[in-house]
Amino acid sequence: MTVESLVFFFLAAFAVTTAVLMVVQRSPLVSAIYLIANFFALAALYLLLRAQLLAVLQIVVYTGAIMVLVVFVIMLLNLEEEGRVRTRIAIRTWITVVLAAGFLSEIVYVFFVAGTPAEGTTISAGAESLGTVESMGEALFGKFLLPFEITSLLLLTAILGAVVLAKRKG
Amino acid sequence: MNPSMRELTAIAPLIVVAGTALVVVLVDALWKTNRNLSPALTLAGLVAAIAFSFPALGDAPATAAFGGMVRTGGFTSFFTLVFCVSGLLSVLLSISSVEEMIPVQGEYYALTLFAVSGMMLMAAAGDLVVFFLGLELMSISFYILAGFARGRMTSNEAALKYFLLGAFATGFLLYGIALVYGTTGSTSLAGFPLRTGGLQQPLLLLAGLALLMIGLMFKVGAVPFHMWVPDVYEGAPTTVSAFMSTGGKAAAFAGFLLIFTPAVLLTQPALRDVLAVVAATSMVAGNIVAVSQSSVKRMLAYSSIAHAGYILSGVVAANPAGSNGVLFYLMTYTMMNAGAFGVISLLEKPDGSMLTFDECAGLSRRSPLVAALTAIFMFSLAGVPPFAGFFGKYYVFAGAVEAHFTWLAIVGVLMSVVSAYYYLRLVVLMYFNDQPAGSPVTGRPLGLAALIIAAVALIGFGVFPSVLLGLTAHCF
Repeated sequence: MTVESLVFFFLAAFAVTTAVLMVVQRSPLVSAIYLIANFFALAALYLLLRAQLLAVLQIVVYTGAIMVLVVFVIMLLNLEEEGRVRTRIAIRTWITVVLAAGFLSEIVYVFFVAGTPAEGTTISAGAESLGTVESMGEALFGKFLLPFEITSLLLLTAILGAVVLAKRKG
Repeated sequence: MNPSMRELTAIAPLIVVAGTALVVVLVDALWKTNRNLSPALTLAGLVAAIAFSFPALGDAPATAAFGGMVRTGGFTSFFTLVFCVSGLLSVLLSISSVEEMIPVQGEYYALTLFAVSGMMLMAAAGDLVVFFLGLELMSISFYILAGFARGRMTSNEAALKYFLLGAFATGFLLYGIALVYGTTGSTSLAGFPLRTGGLQQPLLLLAGLALLMIGLMFKVGAVPFHMWVPDVYEGAPTTVSAFMSTGGKAAAFAGFLLIFTPAVLLTQPALRDVLAVVAATSMVAGNIVAVSQSSVKRMLAYSSIAHAGYILSGVVAANPAGSNGVLFYLMTYTMMNAGAFGVISLLEKPDGSMLTFDECAGLSRRSPLVAALTAIFMFSLAGVPPFAGFFGKYYVFAGAVEAHFTWLAIVGVLMSVVSAYYYLRLVVLMYFNDQPAGSPVTGRPLGLAALIIAAVALIGFGVFPSVLLGLTAHCF
């Protein structure tokens, strides 16, 4: 086992743990902090994949800008701890749990059978330069020009929607 | 890389629709006093897009533009027609809508246009990246449109429910795309079926395709991913339901035809069997639950689940007859379902409370024209000849029989008989019941015009189905 795979497994375990903790926490603020930790783990995973720019953007945009906004909103709204939702565990819930567990085990089984491809452990030539600003920029404004432009439409639609839903009646 | 003129003309309808959406946003912000400008621009944009899509209707598909990101040709143009017709009918009905929020807001029309652009991207996609972005553009517009009647609790519920479940389904779709990319090394749809054969990791690819299928089945509202359909279609403003259940469904089926092409389905028999079972359960569950509904809108929502099942059997067939049948069905379904929801939008009360079957009783005395149009839509939805709905069903079931899925066609025909009960119950109530309750439909010329266009098209395509079949022949 190489150092790199050790680092990977550590980061992967960290990312999964923080993701689970984020969901099960009842205080929204603590959830948000676990999400920040999760984003850091993801950024480190991107670095392992030689995607330097993506790793930096992940921290600057998500961990920095977006999470600050999320924390601000949570504090402004003065959200309290979620009350424990009391639900009768009906037969339907059990069916759902069984189906979800079955689905999860299927996915795990598929990855277990697929395993790691033998040649996947070496880094192909040219991979080092794939994640640089230069090659990302070339991809965005070359091959992926149209998807790039569509993304701006998508963001505009989302902004418009937020305005529609939030603005005063009248 | 600067896009060439040829590439720009190839996506001209898309540019027109998206451009009109941007203009509508600006116009709405700058000239607040003129309330008629936004809807007029929207109608003009959609009509122009239809005109721009005509030249390519007869072309062979898969002329790629933008480095293979989008395709042009018959398939794309045919779907552009379907989406623009769906948008046009919905906008015409919205202008006449009684729900006070809707007709006056420019954002409504901008979001409709954004949704249409998203659908067009889905049908034109040459790459899974573009398909995904188109799907998101459409879905985000739908989430907001569903909650547009902000003062009504059911509309808020519809928007939130659709958003949460839709985001979850998107996760499945994206995970599927990631696995497909991981196994085949590309997100391009060109040569997709060739690359899916002879791989080192067939199981991983199968898992990816299955996840993709789950995401698409959610979007078409097929059982067991249908739980959102009744609540969202019932809670959303009626004209939005008309749009979502026709254009949105057609776009998701375009995804089925692009990703699960006959070649892919024939190499993945397990997925094909799953799809067949899903089609059958959708037909059975949708129709049987629809029988017991007292709200007309909720009945139409359940019946749209059943129709998703009928159309899926054309996909399962994985042969030219089935695929052409799917296209034919989608075009006619757009006319008849938008028409049926349109009728509700004319009859319902301004507060958006549910229109029950009993309130439609004796409608033929009060508003003979609306009653006659309703009868045409209901007969067509039930699949009674000579209306076009019959031929849609005939072609998809013929495709299924040809592909030795005879049992699926038998289930479909039996369930069509069940569906006749609740569709015709509305017609019987309207014509053979003397209750004079309620007031007649007055005014609303544009809404009525939309319904008349849809009804005439249904009769026209029913009498001359070869007109539409001539177009679908160029699509594959």
